[in-house]
Amino acid sequence: MTAIAAHLPPTRWWHSRAVYRFMRHHLALVGIAMITLLVLACTIGPYALPYDSLHIDLRARFAPPLSGHHYFGTDPLGRDLAARLLMAGRVSLLVGFSAMLLSTLIGTLVGVTAGYRGGWIGAALMRVVDGFLSYPSIFLVLALAATLRPSPVMITVIIAVTSWMETARIVEAEVRSLREREFVQAARMVGLSRRHIMFREILPNAMGPIIVAASLAVARAILLEAYISFLGYGIQPPLPSWGNMLNGAQQYLASAPWLAIIPGAAITIAVTSFNFIGDGLRDALDVRNDHF
Amino acid sequence: MSQPPTKEWQVERQIVDLSKERGNAKSQRLESQPYDRTRLIGEDLPMASDVQAAVPADVALSVRDLSVSLPEGMERAYAVENVSFDLKRGQILCIIGESGSGKSVTANAIMGLLPKAIRVSSGAVHLNGMNIVGLSPIKLRSLRGRVVSMIFQDPLSALNPLMTVGAQIEEVMAAHDVGTPKSRRSRAVDLLIEVGLPDPQLMYHQYPFRLSGGQRQRVMIAMALALEPAILIADEPTTALDVTTQAQILQLIRDIQRRKGMSVMFITHDFGVVAEIADYVVVMEKGHCVEQGTAEQVLKSPSHLYTRRLIAAVPRLTGKDRVALQPADRTSILKVECLAKTYRSGSSFFGRQRIVAAVNGVTFDLASGRTLGVVGESGSGKSSLGRLLIKLMDSDSGSILFEGRDIAALSEAEFRPLRPKIQMIFQDPFASLNPRSTVGQILTVGPVAHGMPYGEAAERARELLSHVGLDSGAFDRYPHEFSGGQRQRIGIARALMFKPKLLIADEAVSALDVSIQAQILKLLDQIQRETGVSMIFITHDLRVASQICDEIAVMHRGHIVERGPPSQIFLDPKSNYTRELVAAIPGEQPAQAPQHLANP
Repeated sequence: MTAIAAHLPPTRWWHSRAVYRFMRHHLALVGIAMITLLVLACTIGPYALPYDSLHIDLRARFAPPLSGHHYFGTDPLGRDLAARLLMAGRVSLLVGFSAMLLSTLIGTLVGVTAGYRGGWIGAALMRVVDGFLSYPSIFLVLALAATLRPSPVMITVIIAVTSWMETARIVEAEVRSLREREFVQAARMVGLSRRHIMFREILPNAMGPIIVAASLAVARAILLEAYISFLGYGIQPPLPSWGNMLNGAQQYLASAPWLAIIPGAAITIAVTSFNFIGDGLRDALDVRNDHF
Repeated sequence: MSQPPTKEWQVERQIVDLSKERGNAKSQRLESQPYDRTRLIGEDLPMASDVQAAVPADVALSVRDLSVSLPEGMERAYAVENVSFDLKRGQILCIIGESGSGKSVTANAIMGLLPKAIRVSSGAVHLNGMNIVGLSPIKLRSLRGRVVSMIFQDPLSALNPLMTVGAQIEEVMAAHDVGTPKSRRSRAVDLLIEVGLPDPQLMYHQYPFRLSGGQRQRVMIAMALALEPAILIADEPTTALDVTTQAQILQLIRDIQRRKGMSVMFITHDFGVVAEIADYVVVMEKGHCVEQGTAEQVLKSPSHLYTRRLIAAVPRLTGKDRVALQPADRTSILKVECLAKTYRSGSSFFGRQRIVAAVNGVTFDLASGRTLGVVGESGSGKSSLGRLLIKLMDSDSGSILFEGRDIAALSEAEFRPLRPKIQMIFQDPFASLNPRSTVGQILTVGPVAHGMPYGEAAERARELLSHVGLDSGAFDRYPHEFSGGQRQRIGIARALMFKPKLLIADEAVSALDVSIQAQILKLLDQIQRETGVSMIFITHDLRVASQICDEIAVMHRGHIVERGPPSQIFLDPKSNYTRELVAAIPGEQPAQAPQHLANP
C-alpha cells in the first residue's frame, strides 16, 4: 500500500455540519433576515424616502403614523420619523458593530495572552478583568461619558472598554485548554515562536466561542448605546440615534406614543435578532448538538 | 424517540403465535390473560424458554441476520449487516475487528443501548429464546443487568464519581427491586470479595477516583455480576489497562465465567486477548461477519483472507535482535545522565503538596542510526522522559548531551535553532494536527519559521507526502479528511521535514489498528534505513517494541530497571519487573520458549 489516494473533492466550509446545524436553527435564520433587512433599510432607506431626516415641517408637527407621506408620523419639530429612524439606525448599528469589533479585539488579545502564558502574567491579566467586572459597568460608562466629550467614536470606545471582559474570560478558558493539545506541542517542537503559536495555531481554533460572544456583544452594545443616549450622555442631537429618539419622546408619551414605540421597537428587533443569531451560532458550533 | 406502537404489538403477537404452534391450551391461556405492561420480562422467562422454537437450548444468545442502519450521509448505509452468531451457554465468545468494524454497535444493539440515530433495521436477537429487537424500553430495561450485563472500556467514565463503590453496586440491585437494604449491603461486600478487591469492607466506602484502573474495572465487573446475569457483555474491558493489569482482569473474567457457568461475549481488537480467553471467535470487518469458528480453528487455520491478514499484522514478540544498520558507525548521538523531573501539585503552603518523581535518575546513551525502545506501564515516566528530551518540559536536574552539547541547560531561545535536529512523532494522530491548518501549512510552517523559502519547503513537503505513502493532493487538504493511519503518516512527514538527527516516537502506533500499526512500523523502519536517523521509541506494548528496537529500556516508577537487546529482555530478563511484564503479554510467548504455552 504505497499510495493512499484521496480523490474526493476538497470539502468547503459551507458543507460543514456547523453550517447545516445553523441553517436548521429557525430563530437564528429569522435573526439573520431581520438584521439584513435593518441594515439594508438603514443604508438605502434614507435615499428612498421623500423627506430628509433634518427637514423641519412645522405645519406637520405630531403627525400620527401613516398620515400622508409620513409613514411613521413626525416628531415635535415636524421632522419625518421614518427618515430619522433609519438615520438613527445607521448610527446605532455602526456604534454597536464597531464597539463589538473593538471589545472583541481587546478581549481576544488579553484572553489569548493570559491563557497561553499563564503563570503570573496570566494571573495579573485576569485580575484586571476581575477588576473591570467588579465595577458596575453602567456607572463606569456614565462617568466616562459625562467627563469625555460625547461623539459617536467616543461612545464606541467607552462601550468597548467596558464590555471586553467577557470575551477575555471565554478566550482565556478556551486557550488554556487548547494549549495542552498535542498540536500545540507539535508547534513548539518544530520551533515556532510564541506569538506564532498563540495567534496562528491556537486562535483559529478558538474562533467559535469568540464569534458567539461577538454576536451577543453587538446586541449588548446597541442596548448600552441606547441607555447612554437615552440618559442624555450619548449621541447628541441633532444627530439621531435610537437612544436619544427615546429621550426626546419621553414628554410626549401620552399624546404621541408612536415617538417612543417606533424607536423602541427598532431597538427590540435589533437586539433580539442579534441574540437569536448568537444562540444559533452557539448551537451550531457546539458539536454536542449533533443529532445527525 | 419512542417505538411505534405497532412494533411492540407485533412482538407480543410473535410470542403468542409461536406458542400457538406448540399447543392450543397454552395459547388460550396467553390470550385470555390481558397483557400487563408493568410485568417484568424476567418473570416471563420460563414461558419464553417454552417458546423457543428456532433456538437450541444450549444457546444463551443468538443473533440472526442482524442489520443496523446508519443515518444518511455516513460512509456506509449499515453499521452492521446480516450478522449472525450464537453464544453457547457457559462459553466465551470473542468478537474481534478493527475500529469501525461494527463490533461495539453489535454489543449495544444486544443491550438495546443504540444511540437514537442508529437503529436495528432487520434481524433478531434472541436472549434465552426471546427476541429483544423492538421490545419496549420498559421491558428492555428490566432485561439489562438482570439477564445481560455489560462492562465498558473506560471504567472511570462508566462509574459515577460522586457515589461510593458500595452504593453503586447496591444501586443495580435496588433498581430492579432485589433484596432489602441490608441484604443488598452484604451482597455488595460479597461481590467485592468475589472480584478480588483487597479489604472489601474499606473498599465499600471508597469513591472511584481513589482506585486504580484495574480496581475500577473490578468494581464494574462486580456491578455487572450483582444480579447474576446469564450473559456478560464485555466491550474492550482491558484496552485501557496496562498489560499486567490486563492479564489479571482477563484471569478474573475467565474464573468467574467458569465458576458461575456464565456466557460471556467479549469484544476486542487484540488477537492476543482472543488467544488467552476465547472459546469461539467471530471476526468482523466493515459491518460484516467475515469468519467465525472455534478459537482453535480461527487462530490456527484462518480461512478468510482478512482474518489471515489481521493475524499476520499482530505484532509478534520476537526474541531476535534486529539486524543493525551501518555496523561500522557507532558515534554516540545522545547521552543522558541522571535526568530527573519531579511533578509537584497542590500547594506547599497548605501542606497538601503531592510530589511525584516522574523521571528519577535516568541514564542511557544512544548511538546514531539505532533505535532505543522505552517501555513501561502508565505512570512509569516514559512519556515524561520523551518530553524532557525534546524540551517540551524542563528537567530538574541531570544532563542531556545531544551531539556532545548539554541541551538540558539551554533556554527556549537558545534551544530553538537546535529544534530541527530533534523531532517527535506524537501519540494521538487526531490531536497532534491543527484542525484549522491544511496539511501543507502543517508541514511547511516549521521550516519557513526557520528560514527556508516557502517554495522549497512546499516542494519538500510534497516529496515527503508521497514518500510516506500519501497522495500529493493531500497537501491542500485538512487533517479531518484523513483516517488515523493517514494522519499518523502526516505526523511522520512533519517530523521528517527538517531531516532530523533524532526522532522521538511517543506511543506513535498505539492509537492505530493492528494492520495500520504494522504499516507504520514498516515505514519507520524504512525511513531509518534510508536516513540513518536515531530513534527513541516509547511504547507500552512490548510486542511492538520487539519489532523495531535495537535495544530496550524498561521503565518502572521513573527508573530504568533494565536495559538490553530484545533477546535479553524477552528471553532472559534480569529484573523481576521485566519478567512480570513479559509474562503478562496476552496470547503469546516468545517463539523460543514454547514450553510456557502449555500452562495458561
